[in-house]
Amino acid sequence: MFVRGLKRKCFDGEEDIEGTLAGIKAIPSYNLQRQSLLDMSLVKLQLCHMLVEPNLCRSVLIANTVRQIQEEMTQDGTWQMINTQSTGQASLDRLVSTDILCRSSREQAEGKHVPGYSTFSKDFEGDQAQDNSETMSTASSVQAPRNLQSNVWEMENPQENKGNFQKSLDQIFETLENKSPNSVEELFSEVDNSYYDLDTMLTGMMSNTKMGHCDGLETFSSPSTTTSNSNCKSDLNELDHIVEILVES
Amino acid sequence: FSGAGGGNDIQWCFSQVKGAVDDDVAEADIISTVEFNHSGELLATGDKGGRVVIFQQEQENKTQSHSRGEYNVYSTFQSHEPEFDYLKSLEIEEKINKIRWLPQKNAAQFLLSTNDKTIKLWKISERDKRPEGYNLKEEDGRYRDPTTVTTLRVPVFRPMDLMVEASPRRIFANAHTYHINSISINSDYETYLSADDLRINLWHLEITDRSFNIVDIKPANMEELTEVITAAEFHPNSCNTFVYSSSKGTIRLCDMRASALCDRHSKLFEEPEDPSNRSFFSEIISSISDVKFSHSGRYMMTRDYLSVKIWDLNMENRPVETYQVHEYLRSKLCSLYENDCIFDKFECCWNGSDIVMTGSYNNFFRMFDRNTKRDITLEASRENNKPRTVLKPRKVCASGKRKKDEISVDSLDFNKKILHTAWHPKENIIAVATTNNLYIFQDKMN
Repeated sequence: MFVRGLKRKCFDGEEDIEGTLAGIKAIPSYNLQRQSLLDMSLVKLQLCHMLVEPNLCRSVLIANTVRQIQEEMTQDGTWQMINTQSTGQASLDRLVSTDILCRSSREQAEGKHVPGYSTFSKDFEGDQAQDNSETMSTASSVQAPRNLQSNVWEMENPQENKGNFQKSLDQIFETLENKSPNSVEELFSEVDNSYYDLDTMLTGMMSNTKMGHCDGLETFSSPSTTTSNSNCKSDLNELDHIVEILVES
Repeated sequence: FSGAGGGNDIQWCFSQVKGAVDDDVAEADIISTVEFNHSGELLATGDKGGRVVIFQQEQENKTQSHSRGEYNVYSTFQSHEPEFDYLKSLEIEEKINKIRWLPQKNAAQFLLSTNDKTIKLWKISERDKRPEGYNLKEEDGRYRDPTTVTTLRVPVFRPMDLMVEASPRRIFANAHTYHINSISINSDYETYLSADDLRINLWHLEITDRSFNIVDIKPANMEELTEVITAAEFHPNSCNTFVYSSSKGTIRLCDMRASALCDRHSKLFEEPEDPSNRSFFSEIISSISDVKFSHSGRYMMTRDYLSVKIWDLNMENRPVETYQVHEYLRSKLCSLYENDCIFDKFECCWNGSDIVMTGSYNNFFRMFDRNTKRDITLEASRENNKPRTVLKPRKVCASGKRKKDEISVDSLDFNKKILHTAWHPKENIIAVATTNNLYIFQDKMN
């Protein structure tokens, strides 16, 4: 979980490797998760966009979620972390209000091992002031090198991370704040219901109907979640391809 | 409920199950609405294929005093057909979204059924006699040669096998641009409302070519759309009052006497958000999927994704009671968002003003007793197939060690959802719809 009391620092201009890695401990999972949620939401909206008759309530709720993420990312744009230890109620509320999305509650954290965080916290325990009672103590040392590896990999692409956010923001702006007058109208306009089943099929395709698929996001354990960091647009192109195949068949 | 405690606790027993046994569910058989009529004698279901099936309760058998009458098929008819809107190039689904019964005024029964766009008034009548002894026609309908007619007789009614006929008496069409989610009959029994995502219309049951728009929340610019109407209902006693719920978790009560267009609510019911539970999914799970008045009309119940709330109409700022349906799902919201389950619309229903019932996943359904504050989880499954066997309460283990007989959250089947339930208006008989089966449970009679 979030390690409180740490400053999140901009990836640019980072000299202190310790500080950077500590920064990563806090940033990647929340932001990556937020990014995943954003990607997922955009795909869902895109599907609506392609389908002829979306469920209006669902579309509105997804669009509102996207807007929420967008607002928050705009506010976070400078990556300045509010120091929760020194500030008062207001900033705490802010932190609370942007609570982790896919994040399991404490209950799940107790039940599931979260290697990414716990290993780091263990490794850097001596150096950081740990405010976090949620950090697990059951990390195995075998996990540590692997996670270190994956997180270092992440660190190597800070620019890309930032770039991806920007691309996603553009995507949102395009869809919601319309460049073309009809784009958002289309989002909510009525569409051919015969594609309804396509929606269900595709959504079902992209995720299992049981829980399994999102585990990666919730426990944030496997390095494969870094693929969610990839270009939002390439995901959508892939999806277009899938849809083309399905429609033709 | 679970056996411990006073004699007032209801013990639910399996009574019947209707529908196919296969695991392979035909899409058209998916049940989309369930509703008892005002006496409870008839139970109607609507499905995705546009059909309505009505079950009738057998008259109580005097020898079998330990159980109430069984429900058997009374009438089946195709209410709505798929349509194609050529102008917009849209297919209009035939799925029945809602059925509402009219109170019985004569020998026939009337119900309203609706799909996304069109509401129909159906008359269901019985025919158990037919005229015989025509002068000019044979019994099979062929005309007789007039020269063979030598005497005249008066045709008489003779009994025949009961035939139940359904005929559409009114079709209320072309009044909704968006998908109809609710219909509600007014206590004046002359008018009714129909609600879609953005508008609510008022109809007179006799008039099909005109309806009055009473609520319109469509923004001038569709890009500004952030909220939709999710359900609406007339007050059971005040014919000028109705409520509608929204995707942002608010309920508005409107008085039709105030103005023709009820854009300004008389009351706004909204609970302030709990900051400790805030997440990106907060709004989605606050979206209200159903709103129902208690029989007295003093309270109303709303269902959102994780809870059932009881509101006192006199208090707008928070509900008087909140019941958690499946709180263990709160930590799974991301997965549920991904597989779209978070958008499932669960309904809820009352037993008078005391007990409320709603569905969940894994074919579980929940009941909350407002007086005793006890709740129970039961399962609709063919495994509990024996009539008069009391259903065993079920329990979901949220975390930690799973006790025997508990089921863990990760084992729940999210494809088995109970969205529609109904409670008999007078007796402790409930109808619970799984995907394609209808279960009927009754309380154990001693």
